[in-house]
Amino acid sequence: MSRVRVLAGTRKGAFILESDGKRNTWKISGPHFAGWEIYHLKGSPLDPNRIYASQSSSWFGQVVQRSSDGGKTWEAVGNKFAYDGVPGTHQWYDGTPHPWEFKRVWHFEPSLTDPDTVYAGVEDAAMFKSTDGGQTWAELSGLRGHGTGPHWAPGAGGMCLHTILLDPKDPKRMFIAISAAGAFRTDDGGATWKPINQGLRSQHIPDPTAEVGHCVHRIALHKSKPKTLFMQKHWDVMRTDDAGDSWREISGDLPTDFGFVIDVHAHEPETVYVIPIKSDSEHYVPDGKLRVYRSKVGGNEWEPLAKGLPQENCYVNILRDAMAVDTLDQCGVYFGTTGGQLYASADAGDSWTAIARDLPAVLSVEVQTLP
Amino acid sequence: MIRVVLPANLCTLARVEGEVTIAVASPVSQRTLLDALEARYPMLEGTIRDHGTKKRRAFLRYFACERDLSIEPPDAELPPAVLEGKEPFMVVGAIAGG
Repeated sequence: MSRVRVLAGTRKGAFILESDGKRNTWKISGPHFAGWEIYHLKGSPLDPNRIYASQSSSWFGQVVQRSSDGGKTWEAVGNKFAYDGVPGTHQWYDGTPHPWEFKRVWHFEPSLTDPDTVYAGVEDAAMFKSTDGGQTWAELSGLRGHGTGPHWAPGAGGMCLHTILLDPKDPKRMFIAISAAGAFRTDDGGATWKPINQGLRSQHIPDPTAEVGHCVHRIALHKSKPKTLFMQKHWDVMRTDDAGDSWREISGDLPTDFGFVIDVHAHEPETVYVIPIKSDSEHYVPDGKLRVYRSKVGGNEWEPLAKGLPQENCYVNILRDAMAVDTLDQCGVYFGTTGGQLYASADAGDSWTAIARDLPAVLSVEVQTLP
Repeated sequence: MIRVVLPANLCTLARVEGEVTIAVASPVSQRTLLDALEARYPMLEGTIRDHGTKKRRAFLRYFACERDLSIEPPDAELPPAVLEGKEPFMVVGAIAGG
């Protein structure tokens, strides 16, 4: 029977949860790297025991950890992320030029074809690649250098490259997203990039239809339809069917179209999940009720999923990298909250159970479906 | 041998307990000591000093012999008591409460 391994990054360490395919009982290990912020962990799709973890701290900077045994043991690998050439400047909050400065890794995306190749999305926004299992890193500088970089600006959480999607049908194509610059695509393996933000509208920027400057919170795709992307933006849930060349809004009947996470069912490419969040200032779920919203028709028509989730006095947030799905026949959906709860659904969202309740604030959730 | 006290988080990262002792060729300064420390514990590279500039990270301080050495020139020789192994060189994280 298949097994499931959940990788949770939190403000104070990493936790690994394992269950069999029934997903009824869970064994929790951790905290790994206790006291450190773990922005993200992710396993190689080719070698599930190969896991990369981003360990960071305001005191001690960035550390990259790698496991070769499914998270039982770890070794620190390369943590030198040097921007290519003269880094130049981006916009600061007040619009003045500000030098690019590396702060942390937000997201690791292991290659679909080589377990030693992994991509890193970092703050200040840039993309790095390692081909030696994380020992050394080189910037894919065509992203920052394509022309609009000096106009990128940080969101409230920093200027982070937080999403990396690898096209399963075209090894040269990747999508990334940056807060607050927008979404970008490469069709040549990362050498050159283009902004893909046509159709986005953002009232907070001087030109609401600008090529860049949009605060994209997260994008997701289904492996069978990689030209279709779903986006949770600062406001608006969006969709493209032409690999980002044009976007249209699919917020439809959501109670609010602000949020951070978005993900797609493992077997149904038109089934999408979001968790609406009250904003601009509150950043917790509306009305004290934690509800996942699911669309089975690719957007616009959404149903609330609340069974097993708190429906009163709940004021948590769900951060952008904190939702994932497994690939079991009955798709499992998982998310973590800033209140330290990890929720799992073994029936595609119809019902939910807290598989951990009192962790530090959850920053990221990934799931591995194991043989 | 130079005695070095690391913050708890860096002890865990380097997989050491308590003080570490490092052999450093004279003259012994912050720079040569930390170079030697990082050579022995490569996982500490970038966690005490910036990778590129080798400047002390903002939230860390250096202390020895009840003195704050953080703003001493990096090539200044360390106090005699540190060189003689009577006192440790301490890397201290800024205190944060809450």
